[in-house]
Amino acid sequence: MEFFERFAVPHPSPAIYASMVAIGLVVIAIIAGLTYFKKWGYLWREWLTTVDHKRIGIMYLISALIMLFRGGVDAVMMRAQLSAPENTLLDAQHYNEIFTTHGVVMIIFMAMPFIFALMNIVVPLQIGARDVAFPRLNALSFWLFFMGAMLFNISFVVGGSPDAGWTSYFPLAGNDFSTSVGTNYYMLAIQISGIGSLMTGINMITTILRMRAPGMTLMKMPMFTWSTFIANVIIVFAFPVLTVALAMGTMDRLFGTQFFTMENGGMDMLWANLFWVWGHPEVYILILPAFGIYSEVISTFSRKNLYGYKSMVASMVVISLMSFLVWVHHFFTMGQGALTNSIFSITTMAIAVPTGVKIFNWLLTMYKGKITITTPMLYSLLFIPLFTLGGVTGVMLAMSAADYQYHNTMFLVAHFHNVIIPGVVFAMLAGLTYYWPKMFGFMLNEKIGKWTAWLLSIGFLLAFMPMYITGLDGQARRMYTYSEATGFGTLNMISFVGAIIMAVGFALIVYNVYYSTRYASRDISSDPWDARTLEWSTHNPVPEYNFAIVPEVKSSQALWDAKKEGHNLFKGKYEEIHMPNNSGAPFLMSVVFFIWGFAMIFSLWIPAIIATIGIFAFMAHRSFEQDHGHHISVKEIEETETKMRGAK
Amino acid sequence: MKGKWIFSSVLITIAAILSGCEPLLVLDPKGPQAERQAQDIMLSIGIMSFIVLAVFALLIFVLIKYRASKQSPDYEPPHMEGNIWVEAICVGIPVLIVAYLSFVSVQSNYIVEATPEKYEDQEPLVVYASSSNWKWHFSYPEEEIETVNYLYIPTNRPLEFKLYSYGPITSFWIPQLGGQKYAMSDMVTTLHLAADVPGEFVGRNANFSGQGFAENTFDVTAMSQKDFDDWVDEVKDTADPLTEEKFDELLEPGHLGRMTFTGTHLDFMPPPDHDHGSSDSEEGNEHQNHSEQDKDSDHSNH
Repeated sequence: MEFFERFAVPHPSPAIYASMVAIGLVVIAIIAGLTYFKKWGYLWREWLTTVDHKRIGIMYLISALIMLFRGGVDAVMMRAQLSAPENTLLDAQHYNEIFTTHGVVMIIFMAMPFIFALMNIVVPLQIGARDVAFPRLNALSFWLFFMGAMLFNISFVVGGSPDAGWTSYFPLAGNDFSTSVGTNYYMLAIQISGIGSLMTGINMITTILRMRAPGMTLMKMPMFTWSTFIANVIIVFAFPVLTVALAMGTMDRLFGTQFFTMENGGMDMLWANLFWVWGHPEVYILILPAFGIYSEVISTFSRKNLYGYKSMVASMVVISLMSFLVWVHHFFTMGQGALTNSIFSITTMAIAVPTGVKIFNWLLTMYKGKITITTPMLYSLLFIPLFTLGGVTGVMLAMSAADYQYHNTMFLVAHFHNVIIPGVVFAMLAGLTYYWPKMFGFMLNEKIGKWTAWLLSIGFLLAFMPMYITGLDGQARRMYTYSEATGFGTLNMISFVGAIIMAVGFALIVYNVYYSTRYASRDISSDPWDARTLEWSTHNPVPEYNFAIVPEVKSSQALWDAKKEGHNLFKGKYEEIHMPNNSGAPFLMSVVFFIWGFAMIFSLWIPAIIATIGIFAFMAHRSFEQDHGHHISVKEIEETETKMRGAK
Repeated sequence: MKGKWIFSSVLITIAAILSGCEPLLVLDPKGPQAERQAQDIMLSIGIMSFIVLAVFALLIFVLIKYRASKQSPDYEPPHMEGNIWVEAICVGIPVLIVAYLSFVSVQSNYIVEATPEKYEDQEPLVVYASSSNWKWHFSYPEEEIETVNYLYIPTNRPLEFKLYSYGPITSFWIPQLGGQKYAMSDMVTTLHLAADVPGEFVGRNANFSGQGFAENTFDVTAMSQKDFDDWVDEVKDTADPLTEEKFDELLEPGHLGRMTFTGTHLDFMPPPDHDHGSSDSEEGNEHQNHSEQDKDSDHSNH
């Protein structure tokens, strides 16, 4: 019995017990459903073992949406708790757990997979490739992310959630002050999915550098591909820092090392530095692909080429370099003195310049254009003013002396939500709507989509604008309650109302998927938006091999040129296509990683050692495995192509 | 320049109305450092408002003018590459704005990181402010007294806070007197403040430090030097001495009300002596030695 006590939640509540029951019921329902409909084989063959970038993209997308709702529920609970002074909906411990998991889930398990979803689905199509460079590694990346996410999410029913903030500053996150296994979950779950992210970085860079269609030079790549490329370069440089920091943190917690402890020369400041050396570039890993999506959408729906292509690329390169030179602005108040703060204050403000260039380029893309406001375009048009607000408050925060007053307050919370929600989340929803026909062969309902965009924007303004004010009035972040005398009550109530409106908006996305799946026309062309880039030159939905014939490209908007000038992108005749084989290894190896992580979290050394050996066994197996993939015959291609064309 | 101030006063008005007509704490400074910070904030709000307005105006312009519904069906938008001059303006103007703000920012850094200019000729009052879960301990080494969770300070005199922590990183913050700074277990940081007027201010730990974080606050009372001296004398006459055992008890996690002692914990438990090469803590590491330092780490471990 003693053995099982460690798995108990240290601070249970009815809500947690209810979640346990709910999770149990859902798992039983899924297993029963799969068995009843005899779908186990389908699930294994078509999804769990797939190496197809489009399917992996869709799995990323589903995971991201599920995590969006998990993080969203956390957010609504926090806003509900703070909606009135001295509210007792949540106690301090629960509130601390909830804001910690909200941050981790939204950044690591929602935003990251969302951008990976779009990268996976779009980039190979946009550069005229048949898959990514390392399809099986791609599957492993996904499954590692997925297992990391699942591991993190079981924390609140098995052993307790982390409660030291998503930044997990030591010594608070150390064994002295975080005695439950919660922070172990943080360290190991993020580690596992971080390894996956690092692999995606390598994979995407190689894909973009090596697998572009003939004629597509670097400066003829569509902007989303450019942004993906730069973001993945940042991943490859930034994620190893996180890996090392998490490994050190894990060792501090499990093996008694003293990297970040209070005694024996441990340095809590070292964690803060390492965390943000990864953490700040991470922000740009998220926002650059978002900028890429906006570039595609704005150009398409202005019926005009992207203005200032070269300066767009240059600004991203500059941002990627500078993103590594600003991390100290996350702790101007740590006492590094006026000189250091001045240097980082200047670099931080300077990064606003290339970002500003992009805003002006989008405005100039619309100038003299022919603007149609579709749902993706509506998100982009709402993004520009809202993101500008977030950008300028970022410049305000960059003034380090003034930051002593903003730091750790709701002003800061308002700022980063103000860049991440209109910046990243709106871009992902724009991308979701824009690429939905590419993924599933039908369009999402425009009317519901526009309602969603407006609700999210209005909800966003109501939820976050009041925080700028309460921040300047002295409301610190992460406080689970406040007294009536502070006068924060009214504004926090407005925030809560905004959060509810946003929740309705997100729920409408689900309704839209349901509604459109049921009622939308399947009779759409391969190019329903009248777009400009290669991904729209193949069928909807995309066949396994993407392009029957590899296209030849002359500009960054190959399809548009072909449509305008009437030339054929696909010259030559069908040839046999070489495709990679499916494999169960990535999924199974990730399951072993999950077991390894779980065993480490609870210091179960024997299973941990066995799992470690298992991981190496998978790698050894892969090293000696002979797998040459398979070929799709010309006859098969002809059949597929005729059928697809007929379906149009 | 005039437009900027008109606009920022509009903003203040909006902010004031929204917060029930009471000025926001940070924008209602009662000391020179907070005043400088409030000025920087208002300056940046003013300049940033112009940028926001410019972007909004451009967006509204293109949306009104270039909607497809406003154009003839056969209008074909032109192909436009970048224009070096247009892009130079898009880079140039932000660079000028950022350069100006950087200049102000650097200047302010040196101001807030030094003894307030207008009280420079006076001897600063040194207060060691240390946090433990979830309390603040204020030691007045020259006056030989110590308080818990409340702070009395003289007006019109520079204050030098030496900050450190017996636990997680905390942040010492009195919004109306000036911005915050971290208190950490392995380094002493220095925060320069001063109060211009007598009054009661709120102070708190602004950095999340665990379960009792929300209630980790303290009261600040600023009074004339004479009243302050009277208070010190009174404390010396009436308060109990702070013993090592008593202090260990105080360090136990939990919340305490206000407490007052004669003597300080600095005598038997000096602050951390690592400075990690920072200029910020150069004065924080006097008369300490390693053996004592190692001994205290046991206490901070509860």
